[in-house]
Amino acid sequence: MSDIPANLIPIPATQAAPSQRVRSYWGSVWNRLRYDYVTLFCLALIILIVLSAVFAPWLAPMDPDKSSMANRLRPIFHPKYFLGTDEQGRDLLSRMLYGGRVSLLMGIMPVVLATTIGGLFGVVAGYYGGKVNMVIMRTMDVFFAFPSVLLAVAISGSLGGGITNQMLTLTVVLIPPLCRVAETATSQVRTMDFVDAARASGASTASIISTHVLINILSPVLVYASTLVSVSIILASGLSFLGLGVSPPTADWGLMLSTLRQSIYVEPLVTAVPGVAILITSIAFNLVSDGLRQAMDVKA
Amino acid sequence: MNEMKSPDLALIRRHPKPADPFVHVDDLKVRFVSREATVKAVNGVSFDLAKGEVLCVIGESGSGKSVMMRSLLRLHPKKRSVIEGTMMVGEHNITEVNEKTMGELRGSTISMIFQEPMTALDPLYTIGHQIAETVMRHEKLDRDAAWKRALELLELVRVPSPERRLKAYPHELSGGLRQRAMIAVALSCRPSLLLADEPTTALDASVQIQVLVLLRKLQRDMGMSMIFVTHDLGVAAQIADKVAVMYAGRIIEYGEARDVLVNPQHPYTKAMLASTIKDQRRGAPLEAIAGTPPDLRALPDGCSFAPRCKYAGPDCAVTMPPPVTDARGHMARCFKVGTTNGLLAFDPHIVEPA
Repeated sequence: MSDIPANLIPIPATQAAPSQRVRSYWGSVWNRLRYDYVTLFCLALIILIVLSAVFAPWLAPMDPDKSSMANRLRPIFHPKYFLGTDEQGRDLLSRMLYGGRVSLLMGIMPVVLATTIGGLFGVVAGYYGGKVNMVIMRTMDVFFAFPSVLLAVAISGSLGGGITNQMLTLTVVLIPPLCRVAETATSQVRTMDFVDAARASGASTASIISTHVLINILSPVLVYASTLVSVSIILASGLSFLGLGVSPPTADWGLMLSTLRQSIYVEPLVTAVPGVAILITSIAFNLVSDGLRQAMDVKA
Repeated sequence: MNEMKSPDLALIRRHPKPADPFVHVDDLKVRFVSREATVKAVNGVSFDLAKGEVLCVIGESGSGKSVMMRSLLRLHPKKRSVIEGTMMVGEHNITEVNEKTMGELRGSTISMIFQEPMTALDPLYTIGHQIAETVMRHEKLDRDAAWKRALELLELVRVPSPERRLKAYPHELSGGLRQRAMIAVALSCRPSLLLADEPTTALDASVQIQVLVLLRKLQRDMGMSMIFVTHDLGVAAQIADKVAVMYAGRIIEYGEARDVLVNPQHPYTKAMLASTIKDQRRGAPLEAIAGTPPDLRALPDGCSFAPRCKYAGPDCAVTMPPPVTDARGHMARCFKVGTTNGLLAFDPHIVEPA
């Protein structure tokens, strides 16, 4: 095969290959991200929040569930209680650290689950099209008919409280939008010539989906999923606030906001702490997802 | 090119039909069915192709050339297309083999070069990965051997600094290099039949000829049969052994390249050749074929070219003319074509049968 004379077609000297090392896709994404300081700052913030939640038992100065009637509603920056105390005299800083665990779990886990499940349905619907697409996407449309908060409240109300049920609720709420994004991206990729070319070189449907479709829809799905993290945190907080989420005395930012709101005229700053935490976390996640969108060059 | 301009009549002899053609297509019909309409893209195409021969299929856009070729790989969506007729490639009956065998044939026995090198390579994988993927799939080689093969293939298609190009992504290569990479993918498992769907159309004129010469050379060295779709008559003259002219899903003229291109008989082929730049006086406007190609959703019963044909009689639009074949194997589908001295001869005075 390789006994072709080398001088068959002259190669112009100017066609020498570029000498610098080429960047892979992820390499170029990181290269763009590297100069996006806002995104980097938010990313650092998120890492900080995640670390503080993970290491809460070591970082928390006190037991988050130990109440003390004598020290109720201490102000913020109190010498003993850095963020003050809540209406039962529990140290707010410790509760914030422990509460972050539940809130972050509620932000990330449902999105991960929904991306997996919704993405799977979306890829199948987008790739096979026709009747399969019809059945899957029209089912998703039924869920789209309800506002997400209402849907979350309805499912959560019928399942009951608790961390597992809340996670399940949020997953169900987040599946339809992710499924739709995956479906749109897949049906775009499916019409590309390289999918035909892969088929023409003997690739099976399964290997086309796993090697060509999944990697090509990864960016849009990942970017969209990252915007949903903050939605999920806010929805989870909302459910806890309404008493449909975790049950007391478990520390959770939404639940803390709910119980502290009665003391808003006594210690407004202390009351604001869980709300501010929710705000900062969700804004950080949103800005990171914006940065990712730009770095991954996803057309919205 | 010069020898092509004067067909040597002494060379005429009875062409023995190859006893066992490598590709045998008989009465192939492809139609696409949707709720609104049925598009009859290919309407009874038959041809034979021997091992190591190049068949050039020419015709304007929408004449069914690409559809015909994609049927040979069964690339059409199963639910929306109906394929009838016989397609034999070697001992495989393409219309009947199961999906698993088809998967094995694709890329190994039959492979295809696509028109657009920009979109036919996955932007997220390196060139080497994409070549190695096909090699690993069909020849069960391990990764290292497949990459070694990919390097050989890039050398084979004359890509400069192949080691570095293996690790390059498609966007880093020029159109010509990308098309060479595409050819390397197609040749990776030594196919016996190479389908080329306008492989030079998307390239710069200066690169076109390089790729064409390369393809011709590789085809000869590897003894492949090749079906080459193009609408560039110059390209067809360069590369073809046989030429088939398609119009509205039918082959309306077929024969040795020089017969069809130098001595066309069908009015459509004549008109098409008259519309290319040859020896006309400078400044003279080129002749164009009046009218538009027929609507494939509602084809007329008779000759599809009749509405645009200067010579068409009243009955041309009523019945489909049968193929007329001469001693050299030159075929034309036209009522106005007869045979004189064993050769096809167009005569506008022949009256079409009622």
